[in-house]
Amino acid sequence: MLKAVILIGGPQKGTRFRPLSLDTPKPLFPIAGLPLIQHHIAACAKLEECKEILIIGSYTTNTMAQFVSDMQKEYHVIIRYLQEFAPLGTGGCLYHFRDQIRAGNPSAFFLLNGDVCADFPLKELWAFHAEKSEGLVTIMGTEATRQQSVHYGCMVRDPASKAVNHYVEKPNSYVSTLINCGVYVCSLQVFHTMAEAFEKKQNGFYSGNGQSGHPGYMSWEQDVLAPLAGTNKLYAMQVTNWWSQVKTAGSAIYANRHYLELNRGRLDGRTAPCQILPDVFLHPTAVVDSTAVIGPNVSIGAGVTIKAGVRIKESIVLNNATINEHALVMYSVVGQEAVVGEWSRVEGIPSDPDPNKPFAKMDNTPLFNTDGRLNPSITILGAGVVVPAETILLNSIVLPHKHLSRSFKHEIIL
Amino acid sequence: MCGTDKKLGEIRALILVGGYGTRLRPLTLSRPKPLVEFANKPILMHQIEALVDAGVTQVILAVSYRADDMEKELTEQVSKLGVSLTFSHETEPLGTAGPLALARDLLSTSTEPFFVLNSDVICDFPFKELAKYHRSHGKEGTIVVTKVEEPSKYGVVCYKDDGQIESFVEKPQEFISNKINAGMYILNPSVLSRIELRPMSIEKEVFPFMARDGQLHAMELQGFWMDVGQPKDFLTGMCLYLTSLRQKNSNKLYDGACVVGNVLIDPTATIGKGCRIGPNVTIGPDVVVEDGACIKRSTILRGACVRQHAWLDGCIVGWRSVVGRWVRMENTTVLGEDVIVKDELYVNGGQVLPHKSIALSVPEPQIIM
Ligand SMILES: Nc1nc2c(ncn2[C@@H]2O[C@H](COP(=O)(O)OP(=O)(O)OP(=O)(O)O)[C@@H](O)[C@H]2O)c(=O)[nH]1
Ligand SMILES: Nc1nc2c(ncn2[C@@H]2O[C@H](COP(=O)(O)OP(=O)(O)OP(=O)(O)O)[C@@H](O)[C@H]2O)c(=O)[nH]1
Ligand SMILES: [Mg+2]
Ligand SMILES: [Mg+2]
Repeated sequence: MLKAVILIGGPQKGTRFRPLSLDTPKPLFPIAGLPLIQHHIAACAKLEECKEILIIGSYTTNTMAQFVSDMQKEYHVIIRYLQEFAPLGTGGCLYHFRDQIRAGNPSAFFLLNGDVCADFPLKELWAFHAEKSEGLVTIMGTEATRQQSVHYGCMVRDPASKAVNHYVEKPNSYVSTLINCGVYVCSLQVFHTMAEAFEKKQNGFYSGNGQSGHPGYMSWEQDVLAPLAGTNKLYAMQVTNWWSQVKTAGSAIYANRHYLELNRGRLDGRTAPCQILPDVFLHPTAVVDSTAVIGPNVSIGAGVTIKAGVRIKESIVLNNATINEHALVMYSVVGQEAVVGEWSRVEGIPSDPDPNKPFAKMDNTPLFNTDGRLNPSITILGAGVVVPAETILLNSIVLPHKHLSRSFKHEIIL
Repeated sequence: MCGTDKKLGEIRALILVGGYGTRLRPLTLSRPKPLVEFANKPILMHQIEALVDAGVTQVILAVSYRADDMEKELTEQVSKLGVSLTFSHETEPLGTAGPLALARDLLSTSTEPFFVLNSDVICDFPFKELAKYHRSHGKEGTIVVTKVEEPSKYGVVCYKDDGQIESFVEKPQEFISNKINAGMYILNPSVLSRIELRPMSIEKEVFPFMARDGQLHAMELQGFWMDVGQPKDFLTGMCLYLTSLRQKNSNKLYDGACVVGNVLIDPTATIGKGCRIGPNVTIGPDVVVEDGACIKRSTILRGACVRQHAWLDGCIVGWRSVVGRWVRMENTTVLGEDVIVKDELYVNGGQVLPHKSIALSVPEPQIIM
């Protein structure tokens, strides 16, 4: 029997995902028509042996209840949400809920960061892990550019055994282009290692030379993985599958494109209501005029209305939004219940990884540059935003419920 | 009845059409400015028609640059009007006064005064009143003046209550008056003695001296006026012109389901379904506006195509240009002849040279070579 644990953080995390996370908790933000972590759940549920999925975070159980119950119905595995009383860190929260994870004595558990998206090769990862008799943890790794690698956990591997000899989380200088994807297989014995790490942290905390914060705080990467490196208990499996983090709002459009491609065929069997340039996810309850042209890379949520002559590409349109006649929406996220006026243009700037550099990842640039100007990014309309007819909204972010009265470019509109 | 009410037929007109029209580029890279269609008619034809209406039968065109183009096109158009066109060719640009010296032989065949016009002004041309007023004061010249908000880029005129001009200052640094030279004059042949056959400016080298001598009068223009020699003014002039058509209850204005405000649409143009055209739009011959396009305050020249769902405000679309689907163009964007703007682009204040195909948005005002 196997289990899976998905770490989703809490309301204090995911600030770079604002304003998308102002309306919807980031783990539930729909990518290719499914809440971000539903893609994780779908990948786990595909494995026959995986009997339980534990979602750990500090969102209230209320926030997560509907989603968990929907997932229960859709996938035939046990799904539970475990709420931390305070953010305990990626290691602290695992350790805190160790009994829940160990219950039923699974042979191993998958550990997935909730803010990555990938074509999760869980079966291969499990097979790889099962072969390493001494291995406590197998990390899914991928190649990054030299330059970008330092923003991730960097690993140096023994070429023959694949054991990780050296692990540094976000080093200051170049260490290795093999990076940690935030996807793991762990044996239960890892909790012994964690117990030692935890004790060390506690001692540090009470002797006053630990960090401030919660005494139960522990980083999985720094306090567990790094010390495990070089002990032959930590392995890395390198994959070439598509993988990306979802940190900034801009990465939503990028992730959308890849998840749509992976889930191709979901639209099959339904007649397209208008001209569709693949890949597109159209919720069955969306009302789309036959003269609209949609795609590529578009997800349209439930209850959305798309009027005559509308053009949408490279965008996510959330539930119950309305796009009026002849409007153009590209490289944008249109929030729930938002309204785009006729002949308006809502345009963002694509922030995909550099296509000319092999292994390049998303640059998770902050919202503002050093001059205090908005960095080029996708355009985002918060929930309930109204864009008047015939205006242009270019590379801008509009916080929820704002009714605009003119055009805006390169601005954040509070 | 006084004896001054002579037939205007004896009055000749000289129109200055020899400038390079640099400020109306990129349009003037393809056609000389006087031939650029303003409200679906070459700028120059507005003037020739008004002169003909006033009874003028001989028009002299002072040409230098691209004379052949003009001669070919105009001779044909003008033949229908029953007016004789004479071309006075310069071998080098002679400015705004020199051309009068060059045409001295034509202008001094009679002692009657003659009209002189800049070819790029648009208004309700007051030729009859101008001739009448000129004869009434008996001085050498009369210039039409008009009131503008920002006089500093024009020739500014100060005159007495009786119309006699006291000073004429071209492009003054300080505010003197808000009355400016409207680019239309009537002059006695005696003025020719003040002009030499060399590049010479009438505004700087002739009028100030006539004013000094008390020989220059001003007649104030009633109604709208615009120098349409720059894209922004071209569009403003078009708005004023269309408004005046409306006031005159002109049947030239288009009336249709998709039209808002004052709009001119050539009968050979086709307009798709669900469009919104206007206010203040001119659509030329053979233009195609596809379904769902929205066009405001713009001129679309002959043979151009505005494709589905495009949105245009404050644009001049050059001859045979194509504006792609879902394109947004605004802020005095000017497309030269045969320009292609690919689907879904945004063009903000772009000046696009002829025969160019643009595949990337122009988010800030820019010249596209
Ligand atoms: N349950 C829980 N999850 C957490 C906590 N901290 C982070 N996470 C989640 O764990 C995953 C990895 O988080 P981080 O380690 O913060 O992310 P990172 O990839 O190192 O990148 P940064 O955001 O730059 O630190 C994300 O899905 C977070 O939501 C925590 O205290 N509790
Ligand atoms: N015959 C002749 N006409 C001229 C000459 N220079 C200007 N003009 C005309 O004089 C009038 C007023 O000139 P401008 O308003 O400066 O127009 P322009 O020189 O054509 O255009 P710009 O290059 O934009 O200044 C216009 O009708 C011109 O055609 C010239 O050297 N010879
Ligand atoms: Mg981390
Ligand atoms: Mg000039």
